[in-house]
Parts: sequence; C-alpha cells; structure tokens
Amino acid sequence: MKTEEVKKFADKLRYEAYRMVYEGGDGHPGPAFSIADIIAVLYEDVMKIDPENPDWLDRDRLILSKGHACPILYAALSEKGYYGESVEHFNLRKLHTTFQGHPVMGKTPGIDMTSGSLGNGIPIGTGMALAAKLQNKDYRTYVITGDGELQEGVVWEGVMIAAHHQLDNLTVLVDHNGWQSGGSLKETGGVDEIDSKFASFGWKILHIDGHDHAAIKAALMESAGQKGSPTAIICDCVKGKGLSFMENNNDWHKKVPTKEQFEAARGLIEEEKHEL
Amino acid sequence: MVQESVSFKEIIGDALIDLAREDSRVLVFDADLVNASGLRKFAEKYPDRLIDCGIQEANMVGMAAAASEAGVIPFAHTFAAFAARKCVDQIFLAACYSKLDLKLIGSDPGVTAATNGGSHQGMEDMGILMGLNNITLLEPSDGILFRWMLREVKNTPGVFYIRTNRKEERKLYEGDTTFQLGKGNVLQDGRDVTIIASGIEVYEALDAAKLLEEKGISVRVVDMFCWRPVDKELVIRCAKETGAIVTAENHATSTGLGSAVANVVVNNCPVPMEFIGVTERFGEVGSIAFLQKKFNMDAQSIVKKVEIVIGRKGGRQA
Amino acid sequence: MLSKDEILRLNLFSAEIRKATIHALSTAGSGHIGGAMSMVETLAVLYGKVMNVDPQNPHRKDRDRFVLSKGHSGPSLYAALALRGFFPLKELETLNQGDTILPSHADRNKTPGVDFSTGSLGQGISMAAGSALGARYMGNSYYTYCILGDGECDEGQVWEAALFCAQHKLDHLIAFVDYNQQQLDGSVEEVCHLGDLRLKFEQFGWYAQEVDGHEVSQIYEGIRKAQGQTGRPSMIILRTQKGWGCEYALAQPICHHLPISKEIEQQEIERLDREIEEMKRGMA
Repeated sequence: MKTEEVKKFADKLRYEAYRMVYEGGDGHPGPAFSIADIIAVLYEDVMKIDPENPDWLDRDRLILSKGHACPILYAALSEKGYYGESVEHFNLRKLHTTFQGHPVMGKTPGIDMTSGSLGNGIPIGTGMALAAKLQNKDYRTYVITGDGELQEGVVWEGVMIAAHHQLDNLTVLVDHNGWQSGGSLKETGGVDEIDSKFASFGWKILHIDGHDHAAIKAALMESAGQKGSPTAIICDCVKGKGLSFMENNNDWHKKVPTKEQFEAARGLIEEEKHEL
Repeated sequence: MVQESVSFKEIIGDALIDLAREDSRVLVFDADLVNASGLRKFAEKYPDRLIDCGIQEANMVGMAAAASEAGVIPFAHTFAAFAARKCVDQIFLAACYSKLDLKLIGSDPGVTAATNGGSHQGMEDMGILMGLNNITLLEPSDGILFRWMLREVKNTPGVFYIRTNRKEERKLYEGDTTFQLGKGNVLQDGRDVTIIASGIEVYEALDAAKLLEEKGISVRVVDMFCWRPVDKELVIRCAKETGAIVTAENHATSTGLGSAVANVVVNNCPVPMEFIGVTERFGEVGSIAFLQKKFNMDAQSIVKKVEIVIGRKGGRQA
Repeated sequence: MLSKDEILRLNLFSAEIRKATIHALSTAGSGHIGGAMSMVETLAVLYGKVMNVDPQNPHRKDRDRFVLSKGHSGPSLYAALALRGFFPLKELETLNQGDTILPSHADRNKTPGVDFSTGSLGQGISMAAGSALGARYMGNSYYTYCILGDGECDEGQVWEAALFCAQHKLDHLIAFVDYNQQQLDGSVEEVCHLGDLRLKFEQFGWYAQEVDGHEVSQIYEGIRKAQGQTGRPSMIILRTQKGWGCEYALAQPICHHLPISKEIEQQEIERLDREIEEMKRGMA
C-alpha cells in the first residue's frame, strides 16, 4: 500500500477543498472533510482510472451520491491531473465555473455521474454495475453515500435490486458521521444500525474506521474479492475530520471559513504533513 | 410607508409560530431542511409540532396528507425542486384525489436556488402540479403576501402548494393590503400592454414598466400570485383593455404561468402574447441576478418582449 | 386466544367474504382475484373481531382506521364491508361499473367504510403512518391497520415509512404484508427477491412477527401481541398463497388478475357452500 503517498494526498485534498470553499465563498466543508480519506485511498491507491482519458470505457466509476461534498472530489481530480496542472482557481459555485455546487457529468471531466438530489447514487450505481455485468466488463462501481441519505426510499429500491442481481462489482461506502443537515441522525431519521439493515437486504457488510487508510484499503480489496453480492462498507467518520474546530460541529455542514479560520487551518493541516 | 424587508426564511418561522399558537391542529413537517428553511425557530418553540422526517420527501407528503384525516392541519416543506419532482404521485393520491388537506411549501424555486445549481433549481414544479385537480398553486412576491398566504391556506381546507424564495426580498405591499385567493393584483394601471408576472419577476416587470414609460409605452403590471386557478376574469379584462400580454415567471415557460394565462386568452379573447421564463434549459450556478439575465428574465428582456408584442398588435408583425 | 367457536365464526366469515368477492368479480367479468383471496382471513379477523368500527356511522371519529395499501385488492375489502353492513350486498354487483361506489382500487370518497384512497403501490403505509401520527397528536387512541402487498415492498417509499414509523415510535400502527409470493410479472423471487422480510422490518426497528395468513387464530394472536407493544410499530408477515380459497385461481400459474366466468363462480360458490355446511356441522 502507498501509505505515505495516500497520507500526503489526503492532507492535500483537505487543504485544497478548504481553499476552494474559502475562495469560492460558499460550499460544504464538513461533509467534504468527512470523506477525504476515503476519496484519497480510492483515487491514489485503488481505482483504475486514466486522468488523461477521463471517459475511458473500462475505468472504475465513482458516484458521489452525497453530491454536496464535491469539493473534496474536485480536489482529488485536480491533483490526479484531470485538468493538467493542479487547478489554481476552482471558482467553486461561481458563474460559468467548471466546478458547480453539485457534481455535473459532462461539465467536469472525471465526474462519472451528476448528483445533488440525495438518494439517487445507489440506484444509479446499481445500473452502472448491472451494465458492466451485461457487457462483461470488469470495472468496479463505487458509490459514496451519506448516512442521512439512507432515509430516502429510493436507496432501498437500489439496495434490494442490487442484491437481487448479485452485483458483486458494486461497492457502496457509507459515510457514517452521524450528522445530517438538520441535526444528528439519531434525532432525525433513525438510520442507526446501518450494518444490519444492509445485511438484511442480502449485502456483504464491512465496518471500518473511515479515516484509517489501511483499513479503507483492506476493505476495498475485500469487497473486490466478494462473490455473489454487493458490498457495503460502513465507514465510521467524523464530520469535518482534520480540523479540530470543524470536527463534529454541524455548523460546518455548509459554511465559509473566515480569513482567520482559513489561516489557522493552513497551519493545522500542514503541521501533520509535508510541504504542500 | 412600506416596512423593512426581511427574508422569507424568517417569515416562515414567525408566521407558522403564530398560526400554531392560534390553532392547536397545526403540525409542521420537514425533510431534513429545518436549518435551511427557517423552521428551526418553529422547532425550538414547538419541538413536538415539528416532525423532521429526514431525507424522505415522498413519505413525508403522503403522511402529512393522511394526518389531516385525523384532524391535523399539515404544513410540509422541502425544496421546490423536490416538492414536485419527488412527490407528485403522493400529492396526487394522498392529498388531491383523497380530498384531504395538505399545505406544501417548496422553497428556492427556479433561479432563486442560485449557487445550489442545476439539480436544485426547480424550473418545473408548478408545471408538474398544474395538471392535477383539486390543488391551488401560489407564489408570493413579497413578505406581506407570503404571511397572508400562510394564514389563508391554514384557514382554507384543501390542497395548496406555495413556492417561495428563501432569500431577502424587496417589499411591495403595505401591511394592510387585502388579497383574495384566485385573484391577481393590479400593481399599476396602463393602456398599451399588460405584464402578468409572479414572484421575483414582479420586480423585473415593474422595472421594465418604468423603462417603457420613458419610451412612451403605458404598461399595466399584474402580480398573478395564484397560478392555479388563474384569475380568468382579470386576464380577459387585461386582454380586452390593453390588447397585448407578456407573462413573466421564474419557471419553465412550457408549463407555467404563461401557459395558464395563454389558455384563458386563446379560449376567450385572443391577443398577441409573449413569454418570459426559462425555455428549454436546465439551471446552473450563479447569482439570481446573473441567472435572470442569462435566461432572459431581467427587466431589459421584458422590455424587448413588450416591444415585440406591441408590434404584433392589430395584426402587425414585429 | 380465540375460542373454538370464534375460530369457526371467523372461518365462516372468511368463506362468506370469498363467496361475495367471487360473485362481485364474476359480475364484473374479471379482476384482481389472487390478492383479494390471499388476505381474506386477515380481513375476517380485522372486521369480524378486532376493529372498532360502526357500519351505521362509518366516519365516527374514534373508529379504528384501515389502509388497504395494496389497493387493487379492493373487492374482498368491499365484500367484508358489505357483510358488516356498511352498504347493501347488492352493491357488490356494481363492482367496476360506471358510477359504482366500488371501484377496482380503494377510494375513501366513494365507498362507506374505506378510510384511505390507494392504488398507487407503496403509498398506503405512509398514509397509515400519517394516520397513526395524527391520531396520537390529536390525543386519540384508535389503531391504524394497514395491509401491504409483498411485491409492493419493492417500493422505496415503504422503507422510508418503515424508518419513520420506528423513529416516531408509532405503536398504534399495525401493518401486515400479504406475502403470497407473486407479483404481476411473476414470482416475487424472480422479479425482485425480498428475502427475509420479517428480518428486514426488524432491522428497521419494528416488532415483526410471521404467521400463517390463512389461520385466523394465528392472525388474531399476532394482532394481540402487536397491541401489547409500546414504543414501536408492528409488522405481521402473513404467509399466504395467492388465490387461496378459490380452486380456479390456485390452478393458474399466475393469478394476479383473471377473467371470472359465471360457470367458475357457480363451481366456486358451490364448493364454498359445502365447506360452510361442514363448518356449521362442526359447530353444532
């Protein structure tokens, strides 16, 4: 495993995503930080992709069902070279920008699916995985979904049909950070015990620390070897992970850092890591 | 004098608190947008009367309508984009067809979703619901009207959908203005053309009217806050008296206010018409003003359409 | 526990519901016989024993509510309602005719005793949730009962409602899935495998049981246990056979919707009459 590279990559993504929101003056930093490590492992160490050829038919697919967390994905695509040199000005959520408030396929190279209307990622991923099977392609489809999002009924339609078609080429990563826009998950929507819910629908379940790179890698490898059923990896995550004042503070669901907060973060993120 | 402007987001919380205080039957549902909608205030005041359903719009709408069978007056909120797209079958069956009660509020319609971008810009919510029966479709242009609307739908049994901006809004009406469901409001009279507008487009229409006055064109401006049923009597009167109509809406022109007005015009007193709104395109990120300009929904675009429609009066072609 | 006499009485009621349903369907010429037949025992227990309803006053405020989420199975519900006196039995002969009060899918504005309009699958359970929530909020203690189809559980809305009801501890909601293993396009296993439904609902936070859906005593016991629950909604999975109690329907590979001739009606009703006679002899 590329331990060092992934760690560096994750730090860099957090920084870039934060910068993007700060400079853009709008966006969702908390949800983005929550999945930074998952995105880092996927793009740096697992997914079969070709940044110079983003539409390569045999590439692995990623659907960011929680589309509002897109800054972290834009950062990853930028660092992987989808846009040549790393992007200097993302102009997130600005007029005419390539980097919209929610991912738009066709508009942003490297985005495999448009999202932003919660709940749709798993059924769409199911469709992509089914298409791969029907065409005898061996790429994998990854879906990153929020935990709050599991309240959407269409999620369970997708979950049911993916199990029915035994889509072992589909891996869903649940960003289980316990928060949703309106407040804590427990108070709002009762989707605790996610593991057993997916299991009762016939899925292979793995449960990991969503910030432990080795664990993420190992789970992804295990899901790749799974036969006869799709895999759900429940990732225990901390919303806003990486910045102490953002961690588990739901105010950061959608919030722009002040200049001081941005500067502070610069030090914080950089402290644990290497030169940017 | 017209009072200070406030955001719709504040109004919804305050107004529903008032209604809840006066009427114990009022129950409010939301789909994980309590913090975004302005209903947090309500939730703090009445924690047991705000049902946060989580991210599940279809279930919320079906449930809210059914709760009215037990005597509840159900208000429900989600974004306008999802209110119609995700729930049309539930609105139809559980509310309209069942003849139960539902007061559904869709926020951030059309370009007012601004930086949330294409997925969140509901350009089609009213159009989707326009085809249903037993539903009243409303869009306030200012806070006074919005407050009145909330009270009116609370007091009137039946199914209502209100699409509303969440953001700060200019003020239009005095606090003592009276309104009537199904009746448009003539904001200024004129002879040469009528602009029938709704929501944020009312302000563009008023600005356009000013620009046109300078060119010697006398413009009548109507705030048609009730799209369904549309004020047939007023539309006919405007067609007869001004001989040309331009509609302006923050919505797809294929199925919205313009279509509703055209339906009346064509059936009763055909006059030249032009349409302002979103035509054959999806939303995208940008400020409201930017998008209004880009989608040809700003005052300048209305001026152009008015000039075209006036050119067509009396059989002349522009 | 149901007494032996009560079991017999409810079995007789079931047979009467079947007769009236088949008669209604043959008058119409065809209909959703399979799903109508498979839930008959549950209707018999609900309308013959459990539910607090008043046929003379179908809108009485404190009555128990019933939602037929599988709205296409209206005919057997209508039969049960007619036999209970909500409207004359003669009305059953107008099923699906123009201006009838008995449309193929349940309609609260047309049929006395029907509490909610259904027919778009997946929605009934949300209505039941709203009914239970509204009752609790308004300070009423009546129960809401709801029957879902098994294929209907393919709908995501069912699982939205499942999460909601558990979160909001709707213990006056008692739902059933008529697990008859068939949907319109074929067997549930082939179309979209539902797996262990009881387990699924358990994992969604419900008190879930599984009973033989053609045994009135088991259904009744299930409801009693469900009524004993506090703080969570109840699901009773009914193991049933689609078309049960109608030999003609049972003989078809798929019996979701079938033509019903007068001859078939006659054969089935004669057979049911013989069963009724036997039951009555047992009673005597």
